[in-house]
Amino acid sequence: MIKDMIPGFELFQPTEIESALELLDRFGEDGWALAGGYDSLDWFKNRGKHPEAVIDLQGLAELNRIVEIPNGIEIGALTTLTEIENNPTIRERFGLLAEAASKVASPQIRNAGTLGGNLCQDARCWYYRYGVSCYRAGGNTCYASAPEALNREHAIFGVNRCVAVTPSDTAVALVALDAEMVIRNSGGERIINAEDFFMEPSSDITRMTVLEPSELLTAIRVPNTWIDADFYFEKVTDRNSWDFALVSIASAIKNSDGQINDARIVCGAVQCIPRRLENVEAMIRGRVQDENTAAQAGALAVQNAEPLNYNHFKIPLMENLVKRAVRG
Amino acid sequence: MSDIDPFEPVQDGSTPSHAVDYSDTVVIVPKAKPEWSRRNFIKGVIASGVTVSGAVYFGPALAPLEPLSAQSVTRLITLNVNGQTRRVDVLPGETLAMTLRYKLGLTGTKLGCDRGECGACTVIISGATHYSCSTLTQRVRDHKITTIEGLESPDGDLHPVQQAFIDELGPQCGFCTPGQVMSAVALLEANPNPTRIEARAAMSGNLCRCGAYDHYLNGVMRAAQESQDG
Repeated sequence: MIKDMIPGFELFQPTEIESALELLDRFGEDGWALAGGYDSLDWFKNRGKHPEAVIDLQGLAELNRIVEIPNGIEIGALTTLTEIENNPTIRERFGLLAEAASKVASPQIRNAGTLGGNLCQDARCWYYRYGVSCYRAGGNTCYASAPEALNREHAIFGVNRCVAVTPSDTAVALVALDAEMVIRNSGGERIINAEDFFMEPSSDITRMTVLEPSELLTAIRVPNTWIDADFYFEKVTDRNSWDFALVSIASAIKNSDGQINDARIVCGAVQCIPRRLENVEAMIRGRVQDENTAAQAGALAVQNAEPLNYNHFKIPLMENLVKRAVRG
Repeated sequence: MSDIDPFEPVQDGSTPSHAVDYSDTVVIVPKAKPEWSRRNFIKGVIASGVTVSGAVYFGPALAPLEPLSAQSVTRLITLNVNGQTRRVDVLPGETLAMTLRYKLGLTGTKLGCDRGECGACTVIISGATHYSCSTLTQRVRDHKITTIEGLESPDGDLHPVQQAFIDELGPQCGFCTPGQVMSAVALLEANPNPTRIEARAAMSGNLCRCGAYDHYLNGVMRAAQESQDG
C-alpha cells in the first residue's frame, strides 16, 4: 500500500558547494538542505515541512572527507556516522566521537546519516513533531510541560517555554572535545565553537542551531587539545538500538598521578542544548580522581535541576553518569 | 483530469495555473510558461506521461517547468538493480522502496513503518545496508542496488543466508525476513567470520515483531560457518 506520499518538490543535486549555496540563497525559507535524509524525509512524509526545493548535498565531495589540519582534523559535515565510527584516525585520537557516533540509532541509519545531519537535526519532542502549534513551531503554548503531558524524555535544565532536549549524540562529544563548526554561505565562512552552535530557546525558540536558512554547516574541526585525555561516553536509552538518549554523557579528563588537571564534562538530553558542566569541571580540577570526588561531582551536577512530572528519574540518572565519568 | 489542459499557457507565471479539489486530493498542475519553446514542450510531454500513469498518487508532485541555472533532476533515470539496468520514471520525492515495489515490481522488499524505524525495507546499496523507505531513488542512480530478489543464484539455489534462516527457523510471519536477510548478507560480505556480538550489532537495525531474534542470529552464525566450511 502506498502511504505517506511525500509532497512534491524540486530536487537539486549540485556538485559544487558554490551552486548549493547559491540555491539556498535563491530559495531562502523555501529551500531545504538534505544530507542523510532521516530527519528530512520524516518531516516531508508527515507533511510537517513543505519545501519548494530540496538541495541534495550528497554530491559535494569536499564535504565528505576527513583531513589533517594544523593541530587537529577537519571532518566534512557529510561524513557518515559509520565512517566516523570506523575511521582509524578518529578512533585513535578522538575515541569519544567514534564512540558517540557508534551509539546513534541503527546500523542502517548510521550508514546514511551524516555528522552534520546528526548535529543539525530538529527537536524530537513528539508534541512538536506531531505538528501542533507549540512555541517551537511558532505558537504560544508548550504541550509537553502541561501537568498531564508525557514528558519522560524532556528537559530538567534551562527550560524557557520549550522543554525539548538536544537529541544529538555526537553533539555532546564534540562540545567536550572543544570542536569548532565551519559554517558557509555564499558570502563566505564563519567559524564558531561547538558550544555556541546550539541555540538556547531563550534566544530563538524556533531554531535548534545558529544556522540561517542560507547557511550550511560544512565541516567540524576537532583540535588535538584532548587527545591524551581519558574519555568516557555513555548513553542511557530505553532500548539498545534506534533510541534517543534519556541522558548521555561525554567527558574528557586529563590527569597526572591520579590528580585531575583539566576536564570537560557534557551531558545530553537534559537541556535543549548540550549541557556543559563547567561548575563540575572547575570543582574537580586539581582534585584527586577518586570515589569521593566523583560523588561530589555527581551531586553538584544535578543541583538546581527542575524536573517535569514524569522525568524526575533523570536526576539520579545524570548524577550517576557524572559519577562514573569522573571516577574514570 | 480530463477537463484540464495542464499545458494551457497562463499569463501570470507566479501561481499554479489550476487547482482542482477532488474532495480530499488537490491536484496541482504545473506552471506553464507564457512563451512556448521546444525545450518546454518536450519537458511537458515527459510530465504528461506522469499525469496519465500516476495522477492518483503523484499528481501533487508535478514540478514547475521553469528553467533554472542549476537544473533540477530529470525523471527518466537508469538504476542498477540486482545487476540489471532498469530504466524508470522517478519523481524527485520518490523513495527507493516505492520505486522498487511499485515501478519495478520487486515486491520482496517490504514497507513496514515507512519511517526508517523497522528495517523491513532494508536493501544493500553499494555494499552498505540502507532503509529503502528513507532513501530518495534519485540519490542512488550511480549505485549498485541489491534487493532480496538478487540473492538467489540463476539456477535457483538460495543464498547461504536464506538457506541458513530456513534451517534455523528464522521467519515466523516472515514480513521482516527480507530485511533481516539483507542485513545478514551485508554483514557477511564485510566480515565473513563475525562473532555473535558483532552479528547482533549488525542485525540491530531490523525489528521482528514475532521476536525471532535469536533464531535469526543463529541463522547468521550458521551461514558464516557454512560459508567457511564450504
